[in-house]
Parts: sequence; C-alpha cells; structure tokens
Amino acid sequence: MFGYYFQLGLRSLKSRPVLTALMIMSIAIGVATSVTTYGVFRATGGNPIPQKSSQLFVPQIDNWGPDENVERGGEPPRALSYTDTVALMRDQRAKRQTALYPITALIVPAEPTVLPFRVKSYAAYANTFPMFDIPFLYGGGWSADEDESLTAVTVISRSLNETLFKGADSVGQQIDIAGRSYRISGVMDDWDPQPVFYDAENTRGFGMPAQLFIPFTHAIDLQVPTSGNRSCYKTPDPGWDAWLQSECAWVSYWVELPDPTSVAAYRDYLRSYSAQQQQLGRFNWPPNTRLHNLTEWLDYLKVVPPESKISALIGLGFLLICLVNTIGLLLAKFLQRASEIGVRRALGASRSAIFQQFLVEAGTVGLAGGLLALPLTWVGTLSTDLVFTPQIARLAELNTSLVVLTLVVAVFSTIMAALYPIWCAAQVQPAWQLKTN
Amino acid sequence: MRQVAPILAALKKHRAGTILTGLQIALTLAVTCNALSIIQSRMVRMDRPTGLNESNLLTISSDRIGVDPAELRSLINADIETLRRLPGVANATESSSFPLQGNSWPEGIRLDPNAKDRLARSELYFVDDHALSTLGIRLITGRNFRQDEIRATDVNNIQWPEQAIITRALADKVYPDGSALGKSFYIGNNSPSPTTVVGIIEHLQASWSRADSFEYMDHVVLLPMQLTRSNSTYLIRTKAGQLDAVTESAPAALIELDRMRVFQGISTYQTVRENVYQSDRGMAKLMGAISLVLLAITAAGVFGLTSFWVGQRRKQIGVRRALGATQGDIMSYFLTENLLIGMGGVALGTVLAIGLNLWLMTSFELAEMSPIYVLVGSVALLVVGQIAVLGPAFRAARVSPVEAIRSI
Repeated sequence: MFGYYFQLGLRSLKSRPVLTALMIMSIAIGVATSVTTYGVFRATGGNPIPQKSSQLFVPQIDNWGPDENVERGGEPPRALSYTDTVALMRDQRAKRQTALYPITALIVPAEPTVLPFRVKSYAAYANTFPMFDIPFLYGGGWSADEDESLTAVTVISRSLNETLFKGADSVGQQIDIAGRSYRISGVMDDWDPQPVFYDAENTRGFGMPAQLFIPFTHAIDLQVPTSGNRSCYKTPDPGWDAWLQSECAWVSYWVELPDPTSVAAYRDYLRSYSAQQQQLGRFNWPPNTRLHNLTEWLDYLKVVPPESKISALIGLGFLLICLVNTIGLLLAKFLQRASEIGVRRALGASRSAIFQQFLVEAGTVGLAGGLLALPLTWVGTLSTDLVFTPQIARLAELNTSLVVLTLVVAVFSTIMAALYPIWCAAQVQPAWQLKTN
Repeated sequence: MRQVAPILAALKKHRAGTILTGLQIALTLAVTCNALSIIQSRMVRMDRPTGLNESNLLTISSDRIGVDPAELRSLINADIETLRRLPGVANATESSSFPLQGNSWPEGIRLDPNAKDRLARSELYFVDDHALSTLGIRLITGRNFRQDEIRATDVNNIQWPEQAIITRALADKVYPDGSALGKSFYIGNNSPSPTTVVGIIEHLQASWSRADSFEYMDHVVLLPMQLTRSNSTYLIRTKAGQLDAVTESAPAALIELDRMRVFQGISTYQTVRENVYQSDRGMAKLMGAISLVLLAITAAGVFGLTSFWVGQRRKQIGVRRALGATQGDIMSYFLTENLLIGMGGVALGTVLAIGLNLWLMTSFELAEMSPIYVLVGSVALLVVGQIAVLGPAFRAARVSPVEAIRSI
C-alpha cells in the first residue's frame, strides 16, 4: 500500500503545483535556516575534548578580596597570580597539573631570505600534553625534569613543521625563536579543539590553534611577558620581580582530577590553602575558591557568542512560523480533496487508510522540502562569515550529521505539522460529500 | 462595515484556517519588529564616531626580534622619521594603541590619590606631539604637547607624565563645573605625582569597541610618552589619493631599514573598522534578510489559504452574486475578512513582540524596543496581507452567479 499511497501523493502534489511549491519552499527555507544556525550554535557550544572534559578542572583563588570583586559579583579573578601558581604547582595535589600563558614568539627561519614571522604560542608545563590528550606526529612533549632545569626546548605544530622543515621529522633539530635556539622535542599532529578551552579567558573562546609551546619555567626565567590579559586591581610596582610578586591575575591553571573523591579533596585543599594565606596575613578575607570542570568553565566565561544564541533562536522561530504556514497550506490542500476522500470512504476505505494515505503524502512533501533545504543549508554554512568572526565562521561546515539532521528535521516537522490537517481529512463524512456534489 | 458581522460568522466555520493565519501574522510581527530593533541598535553601535579623521589613515603594527632594549628607542624613532619622509605621507606618529584596535589600557582617574573609589575609568594612549595632526583630532581648548615634553618610558618602570590632554567627556565627568583646563588629577591608585590637563579634545574613542560596557568609551587621556617595547604601532596620514601607494611602500621601507621584525597588521583604518564591526554588520544583514523572507512566507501563506477558501465558497459566492451582490461587494468581503484576521494577528503579535523583547533584554542585554517598530511592522503586515489576498479576491469576484444553480 505504501507504494500506492506514495504515487497518489505525487499525483496530488503535481495537480496543484503552486500550492505545493509554496509549501515545499516554506519548509525548505525554515529547515535550512534553523539547521544552519543550529550548526553554528553546536560548533560554538560544543565540547572541545569530550573524553576528558569531566576530569579537567580550573581552580580559582580569591587573592583580591570582596571589595575588589564587586564588579564580578563577588567571583574570584578568572586567572591565578604567579604567587598562587607557584604554590599550587609545588604542592602537586592533583593527579596532574599545568599552568600556561600566551606569549609572543617570533620565529626566525634559517634561510636568510625568509622574513621572520609570528605564531600563536604558549608557555606551559610538560603535563599539558598528556592532560589535554595532545596528539603527536613525531616525538613527544618535554619531560618534567626539563621543566625543572629551565631547558630551551619546544613542541611545534604540524603546520609550523610543514613551513620550517617541509613536513620532515624534525625532532632533535634546533629552531630560532626570537634570537634564541630551542631543541624540538616533538611535533604535534593536527590539534584544534574549539572552543579554545585551554586559553578561553584570552581568546574569548575562539581562535586559531596553538602552534608552539615552550616550558613555563624557562619563559619566566627569560622574563617573557604574557601577551594575554593582565588583570590587576592595583598597578604593580616597576620591574619583573615586582610583576611576579603582584596580585595581578594572568596565569591559566588546570588540574586533572579523575574521580569525585579527588575532586572533593582538591576543593578542600584550595580552601585550606586560602585559609592558610589568610592566617599568614596575605588574604584579609575568608577563603573564596572555585573549582569548575571544563564545560562549567566555558559556561562561566560565557564563551558562546550572543550572536550564535540569538541566531539559533531566530532560526527556531523561523522554523515555527514556516510550520504554521505549512499547517495552513496542508489543510487547504487536503480539504480541497474532500470529495475524493468521500468517494474513497464510500468505496470502503477505513479512516485509518485515509490517515495513512495522507501521512505518506505529508512525508513526501517533507522529504521534498528537506532535499531542497540541503543546497540552502550549504549556502547558509558558506555565508556564516557574514554574521560571525572568521574564527567562528570557519567552524560551520555541512558535514554528514548536518545533512542527516536537515532531512530528519524536514520530514519530522512536516509530519507534525500535517497531523491536524490529516485528522481533518480523516473526519470527512462520505455521505455528506457524495450528497453535495 | 455592515459586512463585519456575516464575515465573523463565516470565520467561525473556518476556525482552524483563521487561527493559523492569525497566528502566523502574530509570530511574524513578533520576530520582525525585534529583528528591526536589533538592526537599529547595531547600526547605532557602528555609527559611533571614533573622533579620528578616518580617511587616508594607515595603521602598521610591527614587532622587533632580539633587540637590545637600550637601542629600541632610537630604532623606533628611525622608523617614524623614515615614514614621515616617504613620498605621499602627510604625517606619521607612534601610539600605544588607537580607537577600535582593541589593545585597551584603562586606568582609574582620581583627584585624591588616596581615595578608594575612582572618579572615572579612562583609556590611556601614549602619543607624541604629532598625534593630534596625524589622527585629525580636534583640540577645543588648551594646547598640544611640545616636543620636549615627550618622554621615553620603560614598560616595566612607568611614571606618569606631568601633562595630559583629555577628552571633553572625561573632563565633564571629573570636573563637572567645566574647569578642567590647568587642573591636576592622579592616574591609577599608586601614582606619586599628579598630571595636569594642558588641553581638551572634542572626542576620541577608547581602543576596545565594547568599552561602553565598562563606561569608558568616550573617556580618553593622551599622555606625552612613548613606551620602549618591542612592538610598536604606527599611524600614518597619507596625502589624498596616496593611501594605496603608501600601504605598499611603508612596510617595504620599514623592512629595508630593519628586517628583523614581524608585522602584526598593516591595514587601512577603513579595514580596521570593517573587521571590528563585521559581526554587527552581519547581524543587521541577517535580521534584514530574515524579516523580508518572513514577510514573503506570510504573504504566501495568506495567498494559499485564501485561494483555498475562495475555491470552497464558490457556490456561496454564486448565491450572493445571484441575489444582487456586485463584484466590488465580493472583493471587499475577502479584503475585509483578511483585514479582520490581520488585525487579530497584529494584536496578538504586539503582545508576543513585547514579551520576546523583554526576554531578549534580560537574556542578551539587548536594548528596549521602540514602539515605532511594532507600528511599522503591523502596517507592513496588514498591507502585505491585503496585497496577497488581492489575487484570490479578484478571482472570487469573477465567479458567475450561474455557479449557484449549477450543482443543485
């Protein structure tokens, strides 16, 4: 019967081409808009490292005091001071921990004809690589001993390795970063988590991937300044040492806590550390600490841009209006054929047979709408750079899951929209129709 | 108007179609006028003046590699001298930042250095005596910096200079009685010595385009100092028609002078502005497109449903025609019917629009919607509805009275 109903449906769609075209276009535009905007929303609100996100935590310690936190509603600074970073790193209370900050690294290529260039770089601890599951093409991260000994060692990205070494295994080679020589310990494979969770505070969540890492301890030793935010409530005294001793918040700190027990233990540790600082007279207030896991942290920083939420909502509203439109048009289309329904019913078709017939017809309309929506969604994903910054627009692409989603949403929403018109069609009284015509 | 009662009676028979059309008009109105409101607020953001003369202005940001800090100042000065001598260049200056660049350096402004609370937050730009003329900033009272006042300052050892030029907005905020010129204030909360206002400029924007959320968009202090640091930002005013040529020649001249540098940005001010406001402009375009498509879809829906009704009621129309109704009566019946549904939809839509706006205001800090958008949206929807219904109504009017008797 399905094949027969399908043919009936096609015939009916062909018989009123204008009405059919209006309906299909309405569904296609509604679905394409909502799927495109949802695609961007999903990319911006996505989990950058799903396998690890529940184990990675960001501690916050209030080193400013309630008076200075008024503008943040009493929340502690979003980064750690160098003093607290050193203390937490020394205590080693988590399974793994790392601290990092963005730096400006200028690469001076070996060939004198090539001009120097800048890459996105971070000063970090050796633990960064296993903690963030960073994949390696050649070699690996440096060792904790090299952190200790302030070694000039570096990890570079696959694309930087392409530029400098034409993709060859460069482990052990030296590169010139701002006039100093660094030994390459590893080449990362493609690693581009979005949002850029490890530096969400400075990138506002989105940006190009990190191309180069050097040891945190080595960067501090060389007095390499942060290229990110320096949050200070008081202008620090002049000089590098005063900067390190200041209460300015500028270091991103991450800990890996594999289970709830260790999370609770770390919370206690942060509180007792703060209490200890209070006793020492550094903090003049009771402990005010936070420990967010990765997804909570991204929510806390509000990295999903308002544009992405607003346009996803508008896309949804758009789909809703298109569906209301479709309900009206389907109602018109089905009830136009009241006499045909009457004849079928009089010839013995049951209500449920009529129901099935029109369900198949509605499904066909939905599928046609979905197929038309595919090229529209494709155009939509290509045009996301109209609304979003390039860092975010590059995340929107028409992948398999979006194609499936387009078709499923189109068919499902059309069938939902068709329920009332189908019910009306099934209620047609055969006697009444036969009599009046 | 005497038709209203029979129309309402007829609509009761078509409850589903009526409700659907009304609902669609209501939802379209709610979305469209909020979209218009978003467009307007984005346009206002983009139209804020920077205080600069933005045409023929080129910005270059350059970072040096492996330089002895002691030599930096003379290298930067050599850069500026080279830029000023380039053909096609009217003037050039070095500044710590500039409006819309995004590298903001805000500090609190106090009259009493020991006061806990600041009087205002203000952007700081570190400039030389060429800044005002290069950037086209209008000085309204006082004087520009003198060349001998410009001091090279180590970024790790900053002492605030004795002179400052401030914007009128900051002057009015800190000295509400209008007596800013010649007065002293303190920058930050640990400055040992005060800074004196030597000039007041009409307007200059902070560097960060969202500084308004921290209330310092129009508060700027220009200080006669130049930071000795490896990255420098140059602003170049070109002669008319020379912008493209200088965009090519300026970086080349700098590379020739010293190739151990990395340009982090070479862009005309126009490009800087376009990049900063890209998402605002895109949002405005998207909202505009959505409003238009929604109106079109609503028109299509009205057209489709009315066509269907006309088809269903051919017999009744025939009867009315046979009983003496003119073609004009039939036309006006369908137009009035659509107007009634439209007005119902608009009434519901106004409530939805205001509700949606209130929700957007709390969730996304959007601005309050002006009632004018509801009015404009309502009129637009009613007109679109009437136009969409014209075709089917015209077909209805041409139904022959014979149809009334044909199927009996």
